[in-house]
Amino acid sequence: MSGAPAGPPPRDARASRGGARAFAQRLVSGDEAARLVVTVASGAILLVTALLVFELWTNSGLSREKFGLRFLVTQTWDPNAGVFGALPFAYGTVVTSFLSLLIAVPVGVGAAIFLSEMAPPKLSDALTFCIELLAAVPSVIYGLLGVFVMMPLIKAHLAPGLRAALGWTPLFQGPFYGVSFLAAGIVLAVMILPFIVSVSRQVLLAVPPEQREGALALGATKWETTWRVVVPYARRGITGSVFLALARALGETMAVTMVVGNAPQIKASLLAPGYSIAAVIANEFTEATSDLYVHALIELGLVLFALTIVINGVARLLVLSTSRHAGSPA
Amino acid sequence: MRTTIPALLLPALLLRAMAALVVWAPAVLPAQIQLTGAGATFPYPMYSKWFDEYHKRHPDVQINYQSIGSGGGIRQVTEGTVDFGATDGPMTDAQLADFRSKRGTAILHFPTVLGAVVPVYNVPGVATGVRFTGDALAGIFLGTITKWSDVAIARANPGVRLPATDIVVVHRSDGSGTTYVWTDYLSKVSPAWQQRVGKNTSVNWPVGLGGSGNPGVAGLVKQTEGAIGYVELIYAVQNRIAYGAVRNAAGEFVNADLASVSAAAAGAAATMPDDFRVSITNAPGRASYPISSFTWLLVPATIPDRAKHKALVDFLKWMLADGQGMVEALAYAKLPAPVIAREAKAIAGVK
Repeated sequence: MSGAPAGPPPRDARASRGGARAFAQRLVSGDEAARLVVTVASGAILLVTALLVFELWTNSGLSREKFGLRFLVTQTWDPNAGVFGALPFAYGTVVTSFLSLLIAVPVGVGAAIFLSEMAPPKLSDALTFCIELLAAVPSVIYGLLGVFVMMPLIKAHLAPGLRAALGWTPLFQGPFYGVSFLAAGIVLAVMILPFIVSVSRQVLLAVPPEQREGALALGATKWETTWRVVVPYARRGITGSVFLALARALGETMAVTMVVGNAPQIKASLLAPGYSIAAVIANEFTEATSDLYVHALIELGLVLFALTIVINGVARLLVLSTSRHAGSPA
Repeated sequence: MRTTIPALLLPALLLRAMAALVVWAPAVLPAQIQLTGAGATFPYPMYSKWFDEYHKRHPDVQINYQSIGSGGGIRQVTEGTVDFGATDGPMTDAQLADFRSKRGTAILHFPTVLGAVVPVYNVPGVATGVRFTGDALAGIFLGTITKWSDVAIARANPGVRLPATDIVVVHRSDGSGTTYVWTDYLSKVSPAWQQRVGKNTSVNWPVGLGGSGNPGVAGLVKQTEGAIGYVELIYAVQNRIAYGAVRNAAGEFVNADLASVSAAAAGAAATMPDDFRVSITNAPGRASYPISSFTWLLVPATIPDRAKHKALVDFLKWMLADGQGMVEALAYAKLPAPVIAREAKAIAGVK
């Protein structure tokens, strides 16, 4: 920082002359230039988002006019008859993403706690490096691993086990072909794990040592310190990592389409095949020939965008209410 | 100042670089006619081979082709962003009208090569060559035939022990010309299919799982006992997947191969309309494989740029003559002689 005041330049007329000189001074010294650059950068994000919504909105006109809000509750997707509905796809997106969080959050946060609080620093660094490598693997590779390695394993071991233990619930009934909500959820869980682990570990490491020392000095055990003091302190950052992971899961396309079965249907059973919004767009866009068909696919993109906002909003509200209730520093 | 010397050197370096460009440019870029096209993915290996070979023979003509899918090809040529399009399914009347209103001229279809779609299956203990009637295939894909031992399949396969396992239907999840040909065939042989599902690059499947692309369908079929799907003939042959023979319009069970696919085109040639927008599924002729199809180039009837006009017309003529000689090496079926003769006449329609 230079000696100039950090606040915005004075805007009233009386200071204009001196203000202009001071402004020029600050521009030269770098403060104003930096301000300008970062403002433009953050504005660009807003602009891109606005542009995205605008494009999705204008290019889905035919479909919005024809179906209106019925688009959201229609279960049919018939390009020949020109009837399009988003419900089975939205359902699949939500179910697979939720399932992946159910698996990845406990594992990811657990791994992050181990890496930051318990593992020797060298081991922690090495393991973190490996986990971050996972994030760089292309999603089609995860899809292939899912098809050729994971699905046979699920078929041979996991599915019969689940059916034996929980077959009485509607969640694990019906024939199982390998491709399913379950398979998609597991593949997604592996894909979003690096985001949760990596970010959560950074946040946990950033908790001031005084917090730990204070708790230990009060007689807390190592685990009590970690679970009661360090993790709550880092709660906001950990939640952020989960949101990042959720966004990734909602939008993932390639890996999901390879293992989900691509059948637009709503089934309670996790063993049944389904579909997702991102997958159907990727699958059908190139060969969509009629205008209405293209517009319906673009409207699906709009639905996905809205879905992301709604889910994130609800999750944030949940977090706010629980953290206020708990009265934690997060 | 320290920066003086580099600052002086910079323009000199730039000048040298520009001089080098001037010297090199004629060698790298001769005066060229650039044609761009976009569309179908199925004939892409053939087209890229043709465009490459044609460029070797005519260095002044460079043809770029993007395999973005048939739907994309139709859209791009209608918007005028490419010089020609390519599609696996003929354009509809509405699309033709749309093209005319936007571009002020007609669009012509030119068949280039032929492909076929075969039913592939995975039934333990049953070898390749199971015979399917059109009714049986339609019933299976409609979900009305659910067991391999169903009489509709068994009757056509005396001596084959078909187990009573459930049939798992696998279809393409991505929009594709393969699906168009498959559903076009089913629509012709089954009124129920025609009414309930119809034909398109993607349809509302009554039953089944979706696999992405030929590999996706083949992978699901291989992994699932009792599965049946459909893939392009080339894909089934190259990957040694068991595929079935299909009964044609003459009542013969025909295995798909390059000869039986060409025969289907020859069988359909007599009744072919002048614009070549014709489906040759369920074609007449004892040797015809019934799930065959053309793939087309889409060329505007009027090309104002004379250089481009000449280049494209010359290419079409070459494709029908020398080009056809390269087709079978890439496992496509070539156009039969009567079709080539009619196309040669139709080229005169490109003004």
